[in-house]
This record gives sequence, C-alpha cells and structure tokens, in this order.
Amino acid sequence: MRGLRTTAFLALTTATLHPSVDAQIAVRAETLYTMAGDPISDGVVLVDAEGKITAVGPAATVDIPGGVRVLSAAVVTPGLIDSRSVVGLAGYLNQDGDSDQLDRSEPMQPELRALDAFDVREPLVDWIRSFGVTTVQTGHAPGALIPGQMMVVKTTGNTVEDAALIENSGIAVTLGDGANAPSGAPGTRAKATAMLRSLLLEAKRRLEKAADDEADLAPNLRLDAMVEVLRGERPLIVHAQRSRDLLTALRLREEFGFRLVLDGAAEAHLCLEEIAAARVPVIVHPPMARHRGQLENATFELASILDQREIPVAFQSGYEPYVPKTRVVLFEAGMAAAHGLGFDRTLEALTIDAARMLGLDERIGSLEVGKDGDFACYDGDPFEYTSHCTATVIEGVVVFEGSR
Amino acid sequence: MRDARSARCALDGPFPPSRTLSLLRSALTTLLVGLWLSITANAQESQQPKAPIRALVGARIEPVVGDPIQNGVVLVENGLILAVGDASNTAIPEGAVVVDLSGKVLMPGLVCTHSHVGGPQGADSSHPIQPECRVLDSIDVRDAGIAKARAGGLTTVNVMSGSGHLLSGQTLYVKLRKGDTVDDLALRLPDGSYAGGIKMANGTNPQRNPPFPGTRAKSAALIRALFLKAKRYYDRKLAAENDESIEAPEIDLALEPLCDVLSGKRPVHHHTHRHDDILTVLRIADEFGYRVVLHHVSEAWKVADEIADADVACSVILLDSPGGKIEAKDLRMENATLLAERGVLTAFHTDDGITDSRYFLRMAAFGIRAGLSRQQALESLTIAGAEILELEDRIGSIEVGKDADFCVLSGDPFSIYTKVEQTWIDGTVVFDRSLPEDRLAAEGGLGASDGQAWYLCCAQKQEGGN
Repeated sequence: MRGLRTTAFLALTTATLHPSVDAQIAVRAETLYTMAGDPISDGVVLVDAEGKITAVGPAATVDIPGGVRVLSAAVVTPGLIDSRSVVGLAGYLNQDGDSDQLDRSEPMQPELRALDAFDVREPLVDWIRSFGVTTVQTGHAPGALIPGQMMVVKTTGNTVEDAALIENSGIAVTLGDGANAPSGAPGTRAKATAMLRSLLLEAKRRLEKAADDEADLAPNLRLDAMVEVLRGERPLIVHAQRSRDLLTALRLREEFGFRLVLDGAAEAHLCLEEIAAARVPVIVHPPMARHRGQLENATFELASILDQREIPVAFQSGYEPYVPKTRVVLFEAGMAAAHGLGFDRTLEALTIDAARMLGLDERIGSLEVGKDGDFACYDGDPFEYTSHCTATVIEGVVVFEGSR
Repeated sequence: MRDARSARCALDGPFPPSRTLSLLRSALTTLLVGLWLSITANAQESQQPKAPIRALVGARIEPVVGDPIQNGVVLVENGLILAVGDASNTAIPEGAVVVDLSGKVLMPGLVCTHSHVGGPQGADSSHPIQPECRVLDSIDVRDAGIAKARAGGLTTVNVMSGSGHLLSGQTLYVKLRKGDTVDDLALRLPDGSYAGGIKMANGTNPQRNPPFPGTRAKSAALIRALFLKAKRYYDRKLAAENDESIEAPEIDLALEPLCDVLSGKRPVHHHTHRHDDILTVLRIADEFGYRVVLHHVSEAWKVADEIADADVACSVILLDSPGGKIEAKDLRMENATLLAERGVLTAFHTDDGITDSRYFLRMAAFGIRAGLSRQQALESLTIAGAEILELEDRIGSIEVGKDADFCVLSGDPFSIYTKVEQTWIDGTVVFDRSLPEDRLAAEGGLGASDGQAWYLCCAQKQEGGN
C-alpha cells in the first residue's frame, strides 16, 4: 500500500486512457452513493488491478468487461472512515497483554508512535471492517495529558506498514479529568495547561533554533514531535468534553498557532460561538458513549447542532474502557442521522468530510476515477438497525462478505 | 403468536393498579376511608367525578398478543385497558376523551428485566453472599436515569443490585410512575410483599480476595453450602407450621428470602456469561429445585440446546462489539435468535448503564438484524419480560383488563428514525416528548443527567479516558 501511495497521482492520470482494461472487480448498486454528485440509480464502479477506480456511472454507461466479478448490493457507499479510535492498540480481551493504548508513566509522551503498537490482526479491526469501515484514525487513548501519536490505517494488511496511510497523523492531547496523572502532576486543569504550554514553548524555541543552525541540535524525540506540530505538519487532536476544556484548547491554539482538531466535545453546544469563530473541525464523541461524568451534558443532537453552525464534523468510535470494547462508527453516525443531522449530511461526515479532515480526500472518501476502490455494501439504508453490511471492499479486494 | 392468558395472579390484589400501598396500609386505608365514606358519601360523589374514559384513536396498534391493528382504538378507564379493537367495530363511549394518535404506532410499555436505574445498591464488600440486602432501601425515584428510561418507552423494570457478589441481594420490580417514594413505584405480590427476585452471579465478577471466592469451584461450593443451610432452615419452618411441638427457627434475615426462592415464590436472576458458567447455574438450580432466569448469557449460542432442555428463561443483552472483558469475548448477536428458535422464553434487557434505556428498542431491532422474527422481537421487549417477572397477567401486551401501559412511537418500532413520543403508565402520561423537560431527558443536553447515579459493575478497574 505504501507503493500505491506514491503512484496515486499517476493512476489518476492514466486511468482514463485504459478504462477497465485490467479490471479487478465491478461493484453494482441499486443506489450508488459516490459522494461526488447525486446518488446514481443502478450505478456501477470499476476497480483496476491496482485497486483504483477506473469508471463510475449508471450501469447503462459503464462497460463491465467479461470475466470480471460483479459484486451487487442494494446500497453502496465509499468505505466508511472512523476518525478517532483505539482499535488495534486496544484489544478486545481488555487484558494487560492486549492493551497498548495508554502508558501513564509520564504525563506527556508525544514520541509514542501508534505505528509501534497497532496490531493488524486484532479482532476488533475485523469487527469494524465487517460493518463497512475501511479507514480508521487510531492510536493512543485519552487518559494522559499527551498519550501519544495517532495514525491512519486501512482495515487490512499483513503488517502495520501495509495498513498505514499516515504513520503519524496527529498528536493526541487530553484536557480535563482524563489529563490527571497517577503521580499527581498534573492534578488540576491549570497545571495540565501550564505543563502543555511549557512543552510547546520549549518546542517553539527549538524550532527557532533549528532555523539558525540545525546541525547543532541533538535529536530529541519528544520535542521534535511537538516541533512538527508547530510546523503545521500535523494537528494536535485534543480530547476535551467540558466547555472550559474546549475553550482551553482554543486558547492554546491562539497562542501557539498549531492546527487543532477537537475530539469528543460533549459540551461544544455550550461554547458554540467560540468554536464556530475558530473554525476548527470536531470529531464528535460517539452519541451512545455513556452520558456520565464529563459527558453528563451530552446530547444526541451534537453533530446536528455543530453542522448547523457550519462547523466541520466527523464521527468516531472513540475509546471504551469496558463493554462494548469498541463502538462501531456506522451505528454512532446513524444515531446522529436520526437526531437531526439527516441521512445525507451524516454519510458525508462519514466519508468525504472525514477524508478532508484527514487530508486524504485525494485518495479516499468518495467514489471517483483515480481514487481507491474502497466500498461498503448494504442491503438497505446503512443506518437502519435492521440493515446488514453485505460486503466490504478495500482497494478492489473483498475483505468481508456475509450479512452482518 | 401467544395466546391471551387467563388471569392468574393479580398483583396489588383487588385494588386499582395505580395503588401501590402495601396490603397492610391498604387495609388500614380502606377501613378509614370506609368510615369516612359512610359519613360523607353524598358529598364525595359530587366532589370527585369519575375520571372519563379515554379513547386512543388512529394509531397502528402492535398489541404483541394478537394481530396488529391498522387503525385501532384503545379505551382506557381507571388505568386499565377497557377495550381494544379496530376503529370500524370499536365504539367510543359518549363522554370519552379522545386522544388522536393518527400516524403513530401504539405498543405496550417496554419491560426491562435487568436494569440498574435509580442508583440501586445491594451488598457491600464485607461478604460475597448478602441476601438480606434489598435494593428497595436504596432506590432514588428522582434519579435522572428513571426519567431517561421513561423517555425510552420503558414502563416496568426489574431494578437489580450488581454482579460483583455471588448473591448481592433482593431485586425490585417497579413501574416507572412519577412517584415521590419508592413505594409509589414498587410492585407487590398478592400477599403484600414487594415483588422481586434474588440477584446472583458467577464467573469472574464475584471472584476477588477472601472472603470472596477465588475460583469457579469455590463459587459453586459457597452457593451449594448456602442453599443446603437455607433448605434446613426452610424445612424447620415448614415443620413448625405443621406441628406445634416443633419450635420455629429464629427469624434469619438472610435465609428468609431464600425460603421464597425454595418455595417458588421468587426467582433467582442469575448473571452468567461463559458456557460452562451457564451450565453450573443450571446444575445448582436443578439440585435445589429453584426457578432461575439466566441473564446476559454471552455464550448462550454454545449451549442453546442445554438451556432449552432445562426449560429456563433467558434475559439477553446484545452489545455493539464482543470483548471488553474475557467472558464477553465470544458474545454473539445471534444469541436471542438461537434461544427463541428453540422455544426458550427470551427477553432483552438494558443492563442500564451498560446500555442506555433510551434506545432499548434498538436492541430488539439488532435481534432482527441477527435473524430474530419481528414478532419475537416485539415479544422480547414486552410480554416475554412480563412472563419472566411473572407479571404477564397484568402487563406486556395491549389486551382488555391489562394495565394501560403504552409507548407511542412516531413510526416503526425497529427503525432508527423512530422516536418515542409518549409513555403511559396506568393510563397516565409519564413522558411526553413535546414538553421541554421531557425532550431534555430524551435527547440530552445541559442538566439532563443531574442527579443520575451510575452503576457499571466491575468496570472500575478498566476506567480511564474521558
């Protein structure tokens, strides 16, 4: 998949010259949601041997080469994107041996790579894939001030390198109760923020120094991870539920100028103006995450409320410490669809909007020529409780088939 | 489809079901009211006119017992269902207050066989077996979780203590009425005692340091020893009742409720996940001859035939993913389907706060997703739970003579887009989505969880995040 990444642009330019010559699979849907234009009735998508889409359109206009497997479904959408998870680091057994989502030995460890912890064979990865999820931003769990890095993977592959789309997609930060450390520092919101500001100041000095004389600087994994954030190479993904913590995140962004993505944001409806003014995207907490503790003021309508203020929204499975060990982003998004956001906007937030938020919209999130052949197939409205995912396809390869 | 059932045990005796006073209190009240009535009978007549009959019209009725009615009428009087039928052949009495439910779906109030709403507490950490503890003594009827449960269409709930003990106490069956005291909500048996069962658990949850068991064999041995002791006590009690020369044992608060189990008056509600733990529950229940309901049964699919052969009921939970604890690693969405196919009496439960009561309908819909029939799904939310709680003569279906407990839905019960619009208990609207405070309970928002106690058994060691 790494190789494919570098040739993505090439595929885009050559695809139209040889339409469907080496087609690997055709996907045909009674209703095809391409997320690039209106849904197509009786639509067909062709995917070539490289896993790229070579043709999209009504069945009458797309020539399916003989001998190519045709996968049919009532509804086909782009593969779903789970914008914040811990699957693959957190295992389904929830025992010491399969729980690598959080190390609390130090409060700030931006150097911890998700890459070194993601288990491609974790059953929870298979589980979410069987509901149509093809791309996940996964990584370190909330529970330390800086628990570590996030990465973006496809839900397939034999090695983490196979799966990785972005090896370091952002540094996770926790604000609020979850930032408090077993050692006692930080033990308050003010202290956590002071510690975070200190680290960012240190990184800022290092960045300025690097501009003068880079050769003099000894490598420093921790600071360099933050320097990259200050350079704008990746965002801080700040997990905050309380409105005061969300406002702290906005204040820090103002001070240091980093890219900010809000994660959780249960009380965003209590500081809507501020978030809207800052125009930062929000990966909303799973609507079905328990409305307790810091989520006591959570509302099923959050995504809808944010969307009405034109705040970019994406969905997540989040982190669960107990049962269910992971939520399923399809179900969570469905809840938002039913609580004000509506079908169309919800599907956008689950696909193309999420791809944009991850900076991957050239490659995933919609069904267009040159993009990855990632599909989710359903036997009805994907958000309905009683519909089933009938197949999941990643880069032209059927990775799940059945009725779940 | 189930047959209409004949009245067998009318709870709350001859009193209207909205009355939840104890038999003793009721008797006293009757005496006093009788005395007072004899003096002021005529004045009473004019001051308190009989509440009018209400006619719920226009809805598609899912009575659960009986066929759906496209354009139905339900007549409600004194908290009970007076009539149910098709609009074409059900007359609306003169003076009846008509409630227009056109375009809505009317189904029985939902029955949850296993919940922790209202902040229930049972046993403490001093011992693994504490049958003397009653959740009755801990429930807060003003807990926000109860309002949320009403918002989910729930009307009757088995409120239980936790699974961190082999036996954590006495459960309580409640109606989610808007009451001031737990007695306003509590259901009672014909003898006036509180309706409820005994909460037990096996597997890893009750395994801890001594005096708690450290292994499964020890857990089973402790329970067998308990019931041997209870049986001796119960036998002595029975002997003393029949023979004046035999001295009755001194009242033992811990053993008294177990006599109710041995006599068949109350069931054991048993938390159990793994296939071998399920079989251990059946083995011990068989040894002592008590009625048991299996709860959760994550691995039911492995021993579905054995469960069916044992002729026990199951209260099932479906979760969004397997795992989270070792015992739930093989949990399957098909559990309820496989049990129902074998004729096992199968209901769903919220286990609130494990899942939120506000989307209890969703669990049965997920049952359908995993092969359950639509009728089985409807029953698993209503009449099956009523049967498990032995309340099927009173709740669980829309039938003449039963309590007027309903939920009014905006559409199909199993669609994600459907909203619970109203919840009725004993003919009274206890949730109305058009009211701001009820909408807050339904959707969430600032203050929606104020005063809500949470129970997540055994999750504490894995807490973190958020």
